Amino acid sequence: MDSRSEEFLTYVQGGGQVEAGDWLPDEYRQKLIKFVEMHGNSELMGVLPEREWILKAPTLQRKLALTAKVQDEVGHSQLIYRVVEDLGKPREQCLADLVSGKSKFHNVFHYPTKTWGDVGVIAWLVDAAAIISQKALLKCSYAPYARIMKKICWEESFHILHGRDVVLAMMTGTDAQRELVQEALVRWWPPLMQFHGNPIPRDEDPMYVWRIKSQGNEEARQQFLEGYVPQILELGLEIPDPKLRRRDDGVWEYSEPDWEELRSVVTGHGPRSQDRLEFRRRFLEQEKWVRDAVLAA
Amino acid sequence: MIYEVFRQERKGQAFAHAGSIVAPDAAFADAWAREQYGRRGESAALWLVPRAAIHEVSEWADEFDLKYRRVDGYSIKARLKEARERAGSATA
Amino acid sequence: MNERAARLLELADDELVVGWRDSEWTGVAPTLEEDVAFSSIAQNEIGHARALYEVAAVELGSDADALAFDRSPDEYRCAPLVELHLLDWAHTIARRYLYEEADGVRIEALKSSDDAELAGLAAKIDREEVYHRLHAELWAARLREEPRFRAAVEELWPHALGVVEPALRPELARRVGLAEVAAEERGAHRPELAELWEEMTEVRRSVPGAQW
Repeated sequence: MDSRSEEFLTYVQGGGQVEAGDWLPDEYRQKLIKFVEMHGNSELMGVLPEREWILKAPTLQRKLALTAKVQDEVGHSQLIYRVVEDLGKPREQCLADLVSGKSKFHNVFHYPTKTWGDVGVIAWLVDAAAIISQKALLKCSYAPYARIMKKICWEESFHILHGRDVVLAMMTGTDAQRELVQEALVRWWPPLMQFHGNPIPRDEDPMYVWRIKSQGNEEARQQFLEGYVPQILELGLEIPDPKLRRRDDGVWEYSEPDWEELRSVVTGHGPRSQDRLEFRRRFLEQEKWVRDAVLAA
Repeated sequence: MIYEVFRQERKGQAFAHAGSIVAPDAAFADAWAREQYGRRGESAALWLVPRAAIHEVSEWADEFDLKYRRVDGYSIKARLKEARERAGSATA
Repeated sequence: MNERAARLLELADDELVVGWRDSEWTGVAPTLEEDVAFSSIAQNEIGHARALYEVAAVELGSDADALAFDRSPDEYRCAPLVELHLLDWAHTIARRYLYEEADGVRIEALKSSDDAELAGLAAKIDREEVYHRLHAELWAARLREEPRFRAAVEELWPHALGVVEPALRPELARRVGLAEVAAEERGAHRPELAELWEEMTEVRRSVPGAQW
């Protein structure tokens, strides 16, 4: 590494932050763009499994809450793509790379949603897993990204509460409703365990080395288990992992997640990857004329 | 066009930079920024400024001692002690 | 059903269905900024529907959710304009524009109603609708020269007229700047409404009477 990059590395590892106009090492800039772009992609793709349930929401209150939650996700993608654009990659390019399969989005958004049980489990537990990752970005060495994370984390906290409320309404409802939640949890547990990524030691994780994020993958997963397993079990729900247990030293043990599945899904081979990308592609193409008409100053 | 958004959380507080939106003109910027930064009633007011109108200042000459312009340029402890002793008002 | 309840349901059903239709665009609007703004409008419409259902619920001894979800499709009183399933932006924004103008005309009339409760609610709704109209007129002005938009407005115009009662149609025509034509009247429902209803009530019907 050249000496200017060395200085930069020392600076960010000491807690220093940089702005959009500052000099950035090429490796830092490239890795940052890829990381942030994947986040933006994920917020945008995350909308798709949830928006069909807006239409099926069983009460006016739930319809409003779910629409607001999905609206937030779109809003987050707007904030995030603006950061990427100011780093040098235009939004149109990000969207084109997303729908062509060139860039990635997080595993959980490649899976189908089957019932209202999924709506509760996703809003509660998937958003909980996401907020843990997002909190680890609040001190990102790249300040523009750190700043938008503040708004994002603040808005995500309502999502988790909404999700938990949806789950609680069903868990205190009929047997059929309780079964919806349990069944959804069984399906979502494996992707949730894969969500934070494989347990690469943080000093080997470029995202941590450059202080883009402030915690390693395993740390995030442990935080998720510590916070949410008790909340899940106290409702009488069963988690589909016989090996899951908390050791005396506070570390959670669990069955090894299927890292092959994660790799396969994230490279576009998930059950709904292709048709969701196709859905996005169709609307992007169909509405290009609108952007041409309305964005020209 | 990029519009920078400055947000005032409550009346009386300073406007702080909150983000940016892409819009063709001020009217669209208004329609879009008010939702992105105010749909929860979380902002008392917004300022929308085309990015091109913002002029950044971020470098100063720092050659000579400017401490005389700041509080940390003054250490009055020793002199205050002496003055109090002279006036007989020093505490035991 | 008394006249007042029928009137309230007409308004509420229009707002519910147009809000439902507009919420279909959450996530796929032409730009991210517009997506966020459009979604707020959809939520506002559903919020208006809820407020109207709550007043009607008192008349009918029911509750807002039951009125919104538990009637059969032919019991709804919405206008054909809101029932149309519009899959492209030109039609969607044309409907948004025409609906806001029509709604604006009828809300204006309601604000001076002898019915104090209804007049008050109309005023409250209108204070939010101001922003809907600004948004719709912004788009209409921007797309004025766009053939797709103009064609969509002409196509939907008879439906827009059907949203308001005949006495208010001249005013609507004046605001939109189009000549009054034969309206697509309220009354007969389009087949799209039954499809919408199926999807809208699917979860609710799966466990009847449950809390959600």
